[in-house]
Amino acid sequence: MAVDRFPIEYGHILMFARSIGDPNPIYEDPERAIAPPTFVQASAQFDPDYFLRPKIGRPWMGSGKEPTGVTREGGGGGGGGGGGLHAEQHFEYHRHLKPGDVLSATTTPGRTWEKEGRRAGKLVFNEGVTEYRDQNGDLVVTAKVVGVRTERPATAGA
Amino acid sequence: MTLKAIDVEVGHTHSQVLVTDLKRTQIVQYAGTSGDYNPLHTDEIFATKVAGYPSVFAHGMLTMGMTGRLVTDYVGDGQLTRFGGRFTSQVFPGDTLTGTLTVEATRDEDGGKVVDLKVSTVNQDGVEVFAGTATARVES
Repeated sequence: MAVDRFPIEYGHILMFARSIGDPNPIYEDPERAIAPPTFVQASAQFDPDYFLRPKIGRPWMGSGKEPTGVTREGGGGGGGGGGGLHAEQHFEYHRHLKPGDVLSATTTPGRTWEKEGRRAGKLVFNEGVTEYRDQNGDLVVTAKVVGVRTERPATAGA
Repeated sequence: MTLKAIDVEVGHTHSQVLVTDLKRTQIVQYAGTSGDYNPLHTDEIFATKVAGYPSVFAHGMLTMGMTGRLVTDYVGDGQLTRFGGRFTSQVFPGDTLTGTLTVEATRDEDGGKVVDLKVSTVNQDGVEVFAGTATARVES
């Protein structure tokens, strides 16, 4: 994943907090709002190539009247995605984000390893580390993701 | 409000219900705000007929986001220095999730006091869905 410009916006924080069911009034206050702890995940909105967002005029794997038969486009960065699931997520906060900040993010692929799962068959894990930097170039959040791809649907976790 | 080191006792636990009878609509809301539109989470036809799951299921990051509330409600806003964990089981519509944090340690870090927390979120059957840790600054 590479994101050139991830603007931290009050309205986005407000809607994100609602979506995670967090009634903390700080997220509703344009003067005091800070980003909730998992908010940088929403940088996907600003990744032009993010493969889990339908693109205008392009085939999409989700159903219409019936399944479309479209398979997922390739894409990395860990996390969920047709056959891939999110196994771990870790954040380190160097400072907290507020509306007006403009971040950029770069992801470095990490280790890859395999394991035999109890239910889902062969599991292939891959790691990625994303560094989020602010408008001054300072590191503000470091995020580590571990994604897992399974042979079969994993109905009770990987 | 910031937690004070003097008020933090190792072994202390705090639990909170994070969601009751999780609605598909909330999963849709999270897809919209996070930008993760994977149809596994919002498209019943895709999740069941194409991917072979019993139904749609929540984004792991929705569970982690809900669990984050447990932590920030306890330590205060803007105090977290680390938060992470593993997604240990899937969360389905209808699930009721309860998060529990346990104070593991208080210690010095970067010239201030911090508290280390163990965090666990379970569903209505007691199955753990998120297992993590968090570290936050506290007032000394």
